[in-house]
Amino acid sequence: MQVYGTEITSRLLLGTAQYPAPSVLAEAITSSGTEIITLSLRRETADGDGAGFWQGLQQAGCHILPNTAGCHSVQEAVTTAHMARDLFNTAWIKLEVIGHADTLQPDVFGLVDAARILAEDGFQVFPYTTDDLVVGEKLLEAGCEVLMPWGAPIGSGQGLRNPDALRAMRAHFPNVPLIVDAGIGRPSDAAQAMELGMDAVLLNTAVAKAGDPATMGRAMALAVEAGRLGYVADLMPRRDMAVPSTPVLGLAELT
Amino acid sequence: MQIIVNAQAHEVRAQTLEAALCELGFTSPAIATALNGVFVSRAKRSDVLLTNGDRLEVLAPMQGG
Repeated sequence: MQVYGTEITSRLLLGTAQYPAPSVLAEAITSSGTEIITLSLRRETADGDGAGFWQGLQQAGCHILPNTAGCHSVQEAVTTAHMARDLFNTAWIKLEVIGHADTLQPDVFGLVDAARILAEDGFQVFPYTTDDLVVGEKLLEAGCEVLMPWGAPIGSGQGLRNPDALRAMRAHFPNVPLIVDAGIGRPSDAAQAMELGMDAVLLNTAVAKAGDPATMGRAMALAVEAGRLGYVADLMPRRDMAVPSTPVLGLAELT
Repeated sequence: MQIIVNAQAHEVRAQTLEAALCELGFTSPAIATALNGVFVSRAKRSDVLLTNGDRLEVLAPMQGG
């Protein structure tokens, strides 16, 4: 798949937070085969903690997708995006404008405003959004070339709360890369998203908080690949009643 | 003068943002800065003059989802 002109082989994007140790994160990145990892910006201490973390991650050789996590206003998100571009030397930004502290639901009005400002300034915006079609259209009009609908609230691991809405997004935006961001809890959730025709999934907590993050990273990669192949292969339609798979013609009369 | 750096008060003698960062020990190239809520690029730090009470944010790469 291509995102903003960059060819990506792995359809699994991985967050870097909440791992028990940097070495565990590094193992999970390797085992998942991810090519895009997300990062944030936080206050630096004078001892340069952030620089050490950053140097370690650069060795992974992944594309960096900085986020604006924690921003609740357009101004905060836009300023954070500029700081991220200055720091990571990338035009990519995972744009989050959070509207509600409990649900971490996107403020889609602020999101569209911030996306427009950033796209006009040369950013390549990956908007964390809901599964609302109209909001999706507004984001595309604002200059986004990728949409990242949520599956469920961030960190909840609930899986896809509204598969029908994601299916509708696929039908409505056939040529726009769709990346499910947030809510994936288990490999079957990731596979389901891909079977619906999503182009990729972005997840973090499901791997970081697994008992064995490296193995879960691999499990997610396999699930994403299986789901993608299932979508490409064209799934059979569901039926309400049983239909015998063994031929009835030629069945013996044994009574 | 006194400025607020990442929510902590600091006394600095430096006049420019660039010099203040050095004085405060932020020597890593992996930082991004905002002064009073406004982004200041790496290239502009030596042009920006500080005034008493300025609020400086110094951010670095961190884990994120």
